[in-house]
This record gives sequence, structure tokens and C-alpha cells, in this order.
Amino acid sequence: MHTPESEAAPLIEVRDLKVHFPITSGIFRRQTGVVQAVHKVSFDIRNGETLGLVGESGCGKSTTGRAILRLVDITDGSIAFAGVDIPKADKRQMKHLRPQMQMIFQDPQASLNPRMTVAEIIAEPLIEQGQKTRRERLQRVYELMDSVGLNRDWAARYPHEFSGGQRQRIGIARALALNPRLVICDEPIAALDVSIQAQVVNLLERLQVSHQLTYLFISHDLGMVRHIADRVAVMYLGRIMEMGPKDDLYSNPLHPYTEALLSALPQPDPGLERKRRRILLKGDVASPADPPSGCVFRTRCPKAIDLCRERTPKFAQIAPGRFAACHLLDISGDENKTIPGNSLTGSKGEITK
Amino acid sequence: MTEAVEFTAPPSSQWNDVWHQFKSHRGALVGCLFFVFILLTVAFGPMVWSIDPQYIDIRARNSGMSIAHPLGTDQLGRDTLARVIAGGRTSVAVGVTAMLLSVLLGTFVGVLAGFFPKFDGPLMRFTDLFLALPLLPLLLVMIMLFRDVLRSVLGPESGVFILIVCVIGITSWMQAARIVRGDVLSIKEREFVLASRSVGTPPVRLVIRHILPNILSPIMVSATLGIANAIITESALSFLGLGFPSDFPTWGRLLYDSTDYLQQYPERVLWPGLAISLTVLSVNYMGDGLRDALDPRIRGR
Repeated sequence: MHTPESEAAPLIEVRDLKVHFPITSGIFRRQTGVVQAVHKVSFDIRNGETLGLVGESGCGKSTTGRAILRLVDITDGSIAFAGVDIPKADKRQMKHLRPQMQMIFQDPQASLNPRMTVAEIIAEPLIEQGQKTRRERLQRVYELMDSVGLNRDWAARYPHEFSGGQRQRIGIARALALNPRLVICDEPIAALDVSIQAQVVNLLERLQVSHQLTYLFISHDLGMVRHIADRVAVMYLGRIMEMGPKDDLYSNPLHPYTEALLSALPQPDPGLERKRRRILLKGDVASPADPPSGCVFRTRCPKAIDLCRERTPKFAQIAPGRFAACHLLDISGDENKTIPGNSLTGSKGEITK
Repeated sequence: MTEAVEFTAPPSSQWNDVWHQFKSHRGALVGCLFFVFILLTVAFGPMVWSIDPQYIDIRARNSGMSIAHPLGTDQLGRDTLARVIAGGRTSVAVGVTAMLLSVLLGTFVGVLAGFFPKFDGPLMRFTDLFLALPLLPLLLVMIMLFRDVLRSVLGPESGVFILIVCVIGITSWMQAARIVRGDVLSIKEREFVLASRSVGTPPVRLVIRHILPNILSPIMVSATLGIANAIITESALSFLGLGFPSDFPTWGRLLYDSTDYLQQYPERVLWPGLAISLTVLSVNYMGDGLRDALDPRIRGR
């Protein structure tokens, strides 16, 4: 299944992705502005890897995930999934691509139709892809229920009869029904109790191995992302601020925003915890409809300089495999800066391991 | 793999559960039985109570309740029971068909407007337009225009029946459309719709599988209210002389005919009035029970 070649090739390549939503006003619904939900975002996800996407609420994490599945219309940029450009794919190509990428949603309450039984919910993707007879579908539903740890006897029950964690398992079973290659986990654990979070994350990890899945793991829980992800991308106001292998990023953050985020993360070691100094960011997140000039983070950045107001920093490679968008790194960092589009794929082999 | 075979029996049917829940709603059960009773009466009543509702027995006019005339007679000596039964036939038929038409229209417009943003503006303005029209003059004009044409093509009674059903249906779908649109707007943003879109479900199947079952409650409510509304509108039209021919009994017509004698013979208003109210009430209870029975969240309790 996994040839060395497919290991190296990225499963999904996102380049300069922009998702802007128009703001209309007045009787004639004239466009008076745009919300830059996602602005010039570029990243790759390799086969079998987990990319954690973190950031605060409203920073465009979910929109990025939905754009990949073509659930929102993108404004500009390209998303290549296994070599096919998703935004430009026609109906026939999409029919072929859809089963290969699936999504797990945040709110297990809202993501299951309250009027369908568990069996109907899990079988829906199978019906839509026109697979199998009724009997085979049911067999497959039972297999999926087994693999996510649901009792087969519950197939005729309705979602409201289950707890949050069990509902999330139903959602996971539905996402796996078509044997996808990429699963976008849109804050799958945010709505769950802490004790259940661990179970669901362990289930996701187990399934990743057994089903050879690639995850885009969207979350605002830095601790959980550290646990599950191979690489992490930090988003702020629709832009990726920093991206890199998780160990490097957590131990030595490059971008002031990442630094501030990580300083809020409690340390389990009491000695380290005592030494932890929180960097408190002042002010509120700027409006994505009216982002600040230059670097979008400059209004809250403790290290902002004049240059930050004037020029937008480039999202550039700072060290092998590590990318960040910050002028400070430009000045002090070493010389080999490139845009990820050119070097990301090439340098990948030696980054993580 | 023997156990797998054993377990592949399909999950048990949910219609048993629906019936079980419906039974446990006492009002719904009574309402349902009463509505069936009304249907049977208006369908087979004339065979049992064989007096012709049009037969004029002038010597027995204005008589009270008696063995010969259990509900009395009117000012021309026509038997009230026979007239209520015959009137019920028309009124219930008009009520149910007009309700079906208006709910279908309303749901169609509402779903279209709610689900497809590009239709939303035009369709909702169109709905506002209909809401803003003064209904009674509109009804009168429509009937004036089409009555004679339809009569000559389809015969006097079925022509008027179809005309009245259409006219009532066309002028009463707006509330349903608005309610449905609102609900569709909220349901279509839910994540299970997104999940369904992500597997490539085409819009029509999406609406049928996810949207419609979840907006059943408001549809059911507007349907039950619609029956009452249709029966009453039909009465008003008959009263204005634009509905069925004047000697053709309907509940509304009986009611209006009796108002002239309200002071001398108040019971004469009572019978058709009671028939209308009880029908509406039973349908309301039935709709209520059905709505609960079809909602798995309530059914589980």
C-alpha cells in the first residue's frame, strides 16, 4: 500500500488559499467589503501524517477544512488532492474524489440527523456513492460500528439516546464508511468531556494506523494537538503564522504569537510550571473584515516594530521544515528563505524524522 | 463468521414505535377515532338516514327535535340531520383537499426559498405580495372569472368544487411558506446537512432525507390549522353566494342560513357549528399526536 514514493508525495497541497466572504448592505445588496476568513494559506499534508491546525475561535481553521472538502467556495488559490485541483474539479471528478476525503464534526449533537437511526446515518455515504445492496450495506455498517466500538444492537437507535462520546463515534463511523484517505477532524473533541476526549483521540489514533488515514486535525486545544499531530500549523486571523514539526514548534516557538499561545499551556511538571511565564496579549483580535496593515498580528504583538506596520511579512522557511511569517525572523534569521510553494515538498524528507 | 450472519438481521421497523407512541397520546387517539367517525358518517350516513336533504316538507317546517327529525327541520321543512350529513361531505372534502393543496404549495415555496439562496428574494417578495392582497375581493374576482368556464366544462358541482379548492389553496399557502422557509434556513446550516453534502448528496435528496423530516412539526401544525381555515373560508364564500349553489348544503351554508333564525331557533346554528368545531378539534389533536409520534426524541420518553 505504502510505497516509498507515496510516502514522500504530499496527499494534499494547499497554495495561497483565499476564502473571502462578501459583506453586502443596503437594499440593493451591494458589496461593501469582504471578510477575509482565510487569506493566502499554504500547507502540505503528506500521506499518513497528521497536521494539527490550531488557532483561536474565528481564525479560519474550520473554513480551511471546509474549503478542502469544497463545502465553501474559495476565492483564490489552489487545493490539490492527490494531484487533482479540487476547486476546479468537475462533477465527475468530484464524485470520484468525495469518498476519499471525509469530515468529522465538532458538535456531535448537530452533526447527526435526529430523525435517522444510527444504521441509516452510517449507511448514508454508502447509499450516496451507490454502493452495494441493502444487505451488504448493513453488513458494512455493523463492521464500522465494531471498529469504532459501538454495540451492534444499537443500530436501530436514534442519536439522542447516546452520550456525547458515543455520538462522536457514530460521526467517526460515518466518516470512515467510504474508506477515505484524508479525514478532516474539525474540533472533534471540543464538545466532549475531558475523560471522553482521551477515548476519542485514542480511537482516532488507532483508526489512523488500521485504516492508513491522513488527518487534518483542527483544534484549539494545544495539548491535544501536541499529542496527536506530527506537524502543527498555527493560524491567526485567516493566516498561518507558523508551521513546523510539533516537537520543534512546542519546544522552540519562532513566532511571537506561537510563543504567547504556548505560554498559556500549563506544564505537568511542577518545576517547569513554576518557571512558566505567561505572555499576556493585549487587546482583541482584529476584525477579519478590516485586518491591520502589514502584519495582522502587529496590533497585539509584544515585539512589534515599525516595519510590521508597513510590510506584510512573508511566510518563509526559517529552518528546515519550519515556516513562519515574521519580520523579526527575517532580520535575525539565516539567509535561506523561500516560499513554501517551492521548497516544501523538496525538503520534506529530512524535516520530521 | 456465524455470529455476523446472525447479527445482520435488519433493525426492527420504526413504524411499530410510531404507532405505539401515537396510541399513548390519548387526545390524539380520541381525535383520530372521532375524525374517522365523521368520515364514516358523511360517507355512509346517507345510506342509513335516507331522507333526501333537498326534500321540502313544508308542513313540518321549523319543528324541534323528534323521532322523525332527530335534529329538527329548517324553515322549509328540510331535515337538518340529512343536511348536516350531506353538508359534511362537501365541507370535509373541501377542507382536506384545500389544506393539502395549500400545504403542498407552501412547503414547496418555503423549501425552495430557504434552500436555494437565489430563489429566496424573489419567492419571499412574491409571498409578501400574496399576503398583502386583500383576500376576499381576490376570491370574488377569481370566482367571477372562472366559475362559469369550469361549470360548463366539469358540471356545476365538481366545477365549483375544484374552483373553490384551488381558490382557497392558492390564497392560504403563505403562512406555511414563511414558517417552512424559516425552519429550512436554520436546518440547512446544521452539520448533518454539511456531512451529507460532503458525500456528494444532490440537493433534491438532501431536502427529502434531511430537511423535510426535520420541518415536519410546523408543516403538521399549519396543515391542521389549514383544514379549519379552509372549511371556514368555504362557508364565507357560500354565504356571499359565490360558493356552491344555494340549495346545495355545506356546513358553512347551513350556519349562515340559520343565523336569520338565531333568536327563535338557536339550536339550528348549533349543529353545523358543532360539526365544524369538532372536526377542527379532532384534526388538531390528531396532528399533535402524529407530530409527537414521528419525532424520535419525544418517542423515546
